[in-house]
Amino acid sequence: MPIPLLSLVLLTPLAGMLVLLLLPSGNKKLIRLWANAAGLLSFLVSVPLALHFDKSLPGFQFTEDLNWIPFLGVRYMLGLDGISLLLVMLTTVMSFLAILCSWSAVEDRLKSYYSMLLLLETGMLGVFLALDFFLFYVFWEVVLVPMYFLIGVWGGPRKLYAAIKFFLYTLTGSVLMLVAMLVLYFAHQEQFGVYTFNIQELLRTSMPVSTQQWVFWLLFIGFAIKVPMFPFHTWLPDAHTEAPTAGSVLLAAVLLKMGTYGFLRFSLPLLPDASGSVMIVRALVTLSLIGILYGALVSLVQKDWKKLVAYSSVSHLGFCTLGIFALNPNGIAGSVIQQINHGISTGMLFLIVGVIYERRHTREIGEYGGLAHVMPKFATVFAIAMLSSAGLPMLNGFVGEFTILQGAFESNPLWAAVAVIGVILGAAYLLWLFQRTMLGQVTNIKNLGLPDLNLREMAIFVPLIAWALWIGIYPKPYFELLEKPVARIVERVRPGYYQGIPAEKPVEAAQR
Amino acid sequence: MSEFYTSLDHFAILPALLMGLFGCAIFLFDFWLFPSAREKRYLVWFVIVTEAFVGVALYRQFAYLKSSGISSVSAFKGLLSIDGFSIFFNVMFLVAALLAALVSYRYLEEERENHGEYYGLLLMAQCGMFFLASATELVSLFIGVELMTITFYVLVGFLARDKRSNEAAIKYFILGSFSSAFLAYGFSLLYGLTGSTHLAGITAALASRPLDDPILLIAIITTTVGVLFKLAVAPFHMWAPDVYEGAPTPVTAYLAVGSKAAAIALLLRLFEGPLAGSRDMWEPMLAVVAVLTITVGNLGALSQDNIKRMLAYSAVAHAGYMLLGLVAGNETGIMGVVIYAFVYSFMNFGAFLVLIGLRQQDVRGESMEELHGLMRRNGPASVMMLVFLVSLAGIPPTAGFIAKYFIFLALIETGHYVLALIGVLYVAVAIYYYFRVVRAMFLDAPASGLNLIPSTGLRVAIVAAGIGTIGLGLFAEPFLRLAGMSILR
Repeated sequence: MPIPLLSLVLLTPLAGMLVLLLLPSGNKKLIRLWANAAGLLSFLVSVPLALHFDKSLPGFQFTEDLNWIPFLGVRYMLGLDGISLLLVMLTTVMSFLAILCSWSAVEDRLKSYYSMLLLLETGMLGVFLALDFFLFYVFWEVVLVPMYFLIGVWGGPRKLYAAIKFFLYTLTGSVLMLVAMLVLYFAHQEQFGVYTFNIQELLRTSMPVSTQQWVFWLLFIGFAIKVPMFPFHTWLPDAHTEAPTAGSVLLAAVLLKMGTYGFLRFSLPLLPDASGSVMIVRALVTLSLIGILYGALVSLVQKDWKKLVAYSSVSHLGFCTLGIFALNPNGIAGSVIQQINHGISTGMLFLIVGVIYERRHTREIGEYGGLAHVMPKFATVFAIAMLSSAGLPMLNGFVGEFTILQGAFESNPLWAAVAVIGVILGAAYLLWLFQRTMLGQVTNIKNLGLPDLNLREMAIFVPLIAWALWIGIYPKPYFELLEKPVARIVERVRPGYYQGIPAEKPVEAAQR
Repeated sequence: MSEFYTSLDHFAILPALLMGLFGCAIFLFDFWLFPSAREKRYLVWFVIVTEAFVGVALYRQFAYLKSSGISSVSAFKGLLSIDGFSIFFNVMFLVAALLAALVSYRYLEEERENHGEYYGLLLMAQCGMFFLASATELVSLFIGVELMTITFYVLVGFLARDKRSNEAAIKYFILGSFSSAFLAYGFSLLYGLTGSTHLAGITAALASRPLDDPILLIAIITTTVGVLFKLAVAPFHMWAPDVYEGAPTPVTAYLAVGSKAAAIALLLRLFEGPLAGSRDMWEPMLAVVAVLTITVGNLGALSQDNIKRMLAYSAVAHAGYMLLGLVAGNETGIMGVVIYAFVYSFMNFGAFLVLIGLRQQDVRGESMEELHGLMRRNGPASVMMLVFLVSLAGIPPTAGFIAKYFIFLALIETGHYVLALIGVLYVAVAIYYYFRVVRAMFLDAPASGLNLIPSTGLRVAIVAAGIGTIGLGLFAEPFLRLAGMSILR
């Protein structure tokens, strides 16, 4: 019997958490060491996935399939394709770094803190690995509780408000998703006489467009709140700003991707007619474009460093959803790459805020200035993160944004034109932030004598910078990895796309 | 064994006989077996032994049904029935009574009201519940209702020196008698219409009657009102918060779990039996009642600062969800109701357990403030409370999710999309008040030095309820199979 690699990846953080709970709570050093070891271990067991993944195969790999609740047709099914592989790797890397960055930032209730981080990691991995809708839903909800505690216990001044707001928003979305899931389940049973939540089986179900459309909207609310798309984004600034650094990093880098992943794994393939319909494409693209511009504009006027980064996420995730609903290979592949990029860049930006917050305990941009003189290494790291987020060529952000714009242009040049404004505004608020905090003379004496990055902090940033450069300079392996799964999604939503009706706009495609 | 009391009759009624006899034994002999107040706690063992016997008797019934392959056996010429349904519900009652006994002794000692009769009353109430789940005849059902509720009047007012307990008992007594009167009225009309008190006979006689008969309508309405009162469903829920708050907490838990499950049993016996034919008449009515109940329960719970009151309102909301299963009405829905009732008894009892542990001579330990920062003082108990609350809220992977899941499954299967949407959206509302408690325990700074003093019984009970709440969620399969055997079709 082959080693159940995916279960191993999934359960390592959980096992790490259980061991952690047995450690004596007085010994802080031991707890820290073990939590970091568990984080590292979780990353290490996920490395073989990347090494042994076969890009040339379509479909899911490393699959595992066990009966869980046969009474309901629920199975414990795990599998990996190119999209989920990237997100799983992002999760294990970012979780480890999030644990590492908390070494000196958190003093209070350490054991609970680290166990919440590890539990969160298992939940997130489960979301990306599950091939059974029910199992997916379970993990989707499991994520909520540890995040609630991370924000609520170890967060900033308005943590209580932010924590419950995050919880209520996401839960409202996910219960609607539950209804959609059950409708699909019964539609499948009606046609095939089998009760199943297996995604690949559910793909075979055909439903009238009108049913597909309202199921789409139910799923949409669930995913759009998570992404978050424009009118549903209001929980995000609060949650991101109030969460502890590790929480913000994981929220931005991984949790938001659960929403976009949901669109790619469920909405598009399961409801192809609805997803390709004029009204829905128009609505979703409009919301994405509003998100891009709105997020960028609001970022421009922020006085709070962390809130600025939080709003920039709304803008960047707008690009991701725009790419998805361009409904062509470039758009979708670009969107997935941009999701990874956003994980890396915004993850770094939140880590940077965390570093400075740990030293100064304020996030007011006005409190800083001229830090480049005091903390040169820090300023360099920040510059790289900022440029990667702004989409400078040779860095990762450029690859994602460019491909998305290419995809959007192919569908409708107007979309690309509006989105480009977002790129420009993005560069503006990031450069201005850099200028206000790093450049010029040190105006605030409190900033004199701040220690520069120490070895541990460098260790957090170096792998992320390396990853950003890798994607920026040589993105080919990533595109190869995405080719097959993206082709499957496009083929599903726009049948015949690859057989010579390439430049057709989705709007017209749906009118056929 | 004569023709009036055959061995089969004995076999069917044995669990109730055991509860009744052991209960009476406590009433009769407690004062000379355990004369001092300190010794009353040994009566817990007495209850445990009784329940062990009851458990064996129920298991033998189960084994008998399984080996003979028949779905139900009726005894006493159709007064009682042994079927999957009765056994399933009786297991629920057994768990509730056992948990209540386990956690009562320290609570009563703190209240300085540890009298032996208490344990006898627990058993007598359970005996009443037995008849609600097993009887298939109106008079027996009514006797079951009365035995259970009259016992509860006493139990609710058991803290004779406590004003709130007295007030609760009076309120419960007046409204309870009122609702019993409704029930009796409905039953008498049903008898008058059909000339039979046996559920099977009534079903047969009603089948040939036109549905628009006004007398039948009155019979259905009065019967329903009577049952809904017992179930604490809006608009007949007003008694619940006061009674739940005033009663000794173990009794509150027993009442919330046991008597609610018994009312559900009665509801299913009637609505899946004689009244099944007139579904068109009551289904819309129950749908409205269910939505109203969920609304009133959830909105009422939002602003409660007393956790017992909050749980009372949340119990109202849960009853609404169970009604939705009956409204859906297909096999999944009925199974959903049964599963919901079972799961609910673990998680809801669990939530009360922590409050029981907090009760001390001079502190009530039931307000939100008193729970502030409990995590720092009583970590394990707080974590268990979190598990129960998460389950009550219906978040996977706990059992509460499986229960709600079944209700939604049934609603969507039968095309009640709007009801399903209302149901799921209130899940999000419920999160808010359940997590107020979580927030108090985990996030707020410790305010009082209030400590939870767990007795051995309480520890056992918390672990048992925890295992039930998590276990039924993670390993739902065998449990669902058993529940599948219990539905009445």
